[in-house]
Amino acid sequence: MSQTVVPPPGSTQPADPPRRQKVSEGKRAERKLAWLLCAPAALVMVAVTGYPIAYSIWLSLQRYDLRFPDQREFIGFDNYITVLSNGYWWNAFWVTSLITVISVVIELVLGMALALIMHRTLVARGLVRTVALIPYGIVTVVAAFSWRYAWTQDTGYLAELVAPESALLTERAPALAIIILAEVWKTVPFMALLLMAGLALVPEDLLKAASMDGASAWQRFTKVMLPVMKPAILVALLFRTLDAFRIFDNIFVLTAGAQETSSVSMITYSNLIRGLNLGIGSTMSVLIFVAVALIAFIFVKVFGTAAPGSDDRGRR
Amino acid sequence: MAEIVLDKVSKQYPDGALAVSDVDLTIADGEFIILVGPSGCGKSTTLNMIAGLEDITSGELRIDGERVNERAPKDRDIAMVFQSYALYPHMTVRENMAFPLRLAKVDDKTVRAKVDEAARILDLTQHLDRRPSNLSGGQRQRVAMGRAIVRDPKAFLMDEPLSNLDAKLRVQMRTSVAKIQKKLGTTTVYVTHDQTEAMTLGDRVVVMRGGLVQQIGSPQFLYEQPVNLFVAGFIGSPSMNFVPARLENSSVSSPLGNFPLTDRIRTLLEDADAPREVIMGLRPEHFEDATLLDDTAMSGGATFESTVDVLESMGSDKFAYFTLEGEMATSAELEELAADAGASDLSADGTQIITRLSASSQAKEGHPARIWFDTDKIHLFDPHNGRNFTYAD
Repeated sequence: MSQTVVPPPGSTQPADPPRRQKVSEGKRAERKLAWLLCAPAALVMVAVTGYPIAYSIWLSLQRYDLRFPDQREFIGFDNYITVLSNGYWWNAFWVTSLITVISVVIELVLGMALALIMHRTLVARGLVRTVALIPYGIVTVVAAFSWRYAWTQDTGYLAELVAPESALLTERAPALAIIILAEVWKTVPFMALLLMAGLALVPEDLLKAASMDGASAWQRFTKVMLPVMKPAILVALLFRTLDAFRIFDNIFVLTAGAQETSSVSMITYSNLIRGLNLGIGSTMSVLIFVAVALIAFIFVKVFGTAAPGSDDRGRR
Repeated sequence: MAEIVLDKVSKQYPDGALAVSDVDLTIADGEFIILVGPSGCGKSTTLNMIAGLEDITSGELRIDGERVNERAPKDRDIAMVFQSYALYPHMTVRENMAFPLRLAKVDDKTVRAKVDEAARILDLTQHLDRRPSNLSGGQRQRVAMGRAIVRDPKAFLMDEPLSNLDAKLRVQMRTSVAKIQKKLGTTTVYVTHDQTEAMTLGDRVVVMRGGLVQQIGSPQFLYEQPVNLFVAGFIGSPSMNFVPARLENSSVSSPLGNFPLTDRIRTLLEDADAPREVIMGLRPEHFEDATLLDDTAMSGGATFESTVDVLESMGSDKFAYFTLEGEMATSAELEELAADAGASDLSADGTQIITRLSASSQAKEGHPARIWFDTDKIHLFDPHNGRNFTYAD
């Protein structure tokens, strides 16, 4: 007689090796079909992402400078040692990290404020949302140029207003501040949009209950709204952090990396495209890839960010 | 604990819709009062105005003699239980129940003691460290109650707290709500659309319709002396039977037959100056199988004969359904009641009559039966405004 063992609540079903061998014929056919159905998509993914990644890893292991094609040879991890012991790389790394952290924090605060405004707007809701989204709709390079003109000494209206005597874009700290400003200006609406989706998940009754329980508006926000929205906030932060770490176009237009304002993407571009050094450039892009993967890993595993499309326990 | 007074309280929305109109109500200290009515009658709006979740357009709300119209919900010292329970999903049961106390900056020891006490009353002690998502509907409901009682507030407001539970649990929780309220003696305002809850729970019931209070009184009084057609139809289950009737001299002609008015009703009608065309109402329990009655018992009423459509035996008694030829009683109130019951689209030829007969009745489905009814128990209503001519307070 077989007996069914009811697992205690909370425990997961233990793996049952003997049963695994008894996968029925139909089940196996179903699995095969599943693989077949996934295959085309998987192949496309491998072709457009897997191959470039593998190829740049391969390049990063070689001495490969297009100016000296004869010297091409496999050198193992020498490129990595070169890059990681180089001051320019680490400067770019800290600049990128600084821009990422500061801009994402500001974006979170302003985005939350904007989301609350859009969420609570009663009149002209559509108009308010459309207006708020305009910066996000403008091409980054175009917006970056308008910021550059605005901050150019003698001709720019913002330069005139803030510091008519100095060329801000040619000084390191002000230039970084302007880069962050341009980033924030552009991506706050995106942040607000992601957060607004989270706001819609907070039941109205919960806020009513909190005010009956004696919570002030600020307490309702911090003790009820934010915790309930936490998954949406983490997803928004993940997206923005990954994006911000790869910052390129704003810096390219505003300072072109002058005065040590290069991001990691900027110096990768300088080495790979301008310098024609495929080995070093690829090494840098692999390092960026690793950094971005690390950020995503920390968000998902440490903060428990649910990957989009998964259920509330992070399962797909 | 507190006395709550609504003094001509009205709620008008910006688009001009009048949700609640001139509600006058004095809720005594420790009283359990029920607001009941079909959806959209303004009962929840009234509750929200007491809570402070909705502004009062005009009139005055006083708690313990103090005007509180302008006070924020958190400053009114009132606890509320929501239909959705509104438990904080990121907090454990203990944290949920402690939340109002934490906000009030009560010290840890007192919080712990009060939460433990409430958990004991509500039988939640073994669930204190679980999250709401791991609780059953009945447990969540109890946590919501617990969050209300730990604070020892001036009053409880409950917005259909049991309507998300299944039928059996609802009956069980109904009893425990009543017990807890009796034990704590806290003024309670309870909103429901379920007239059984209204009848069984409240000291007094307020029947509302279209933002207007129809009648306020004890459940028994509303049942026996409904002020109008709406209250008569809303209170009672199965509900009162309504048939069109015509008054001639001192007798009634109706699909149930012609019979003389009793002295009591004739006197009331003379005072009320009733028209000739009326709607007659009679509750199911005022019918009886005529074969079970002797002549003396029969003399106090009249009889009719019809075929039994459906017979439901409940064990303790039997419900016999009849269809009477002739037109149905029509009025705005009856249509609204039918719509609320979801029966407005059921087409019926003639008038449906529900009777409650003794269990010993021999009536059979599909066979004619002779049914007696008590003519002194009839209610006569004005078909135009629904007024009950036989109402005597």
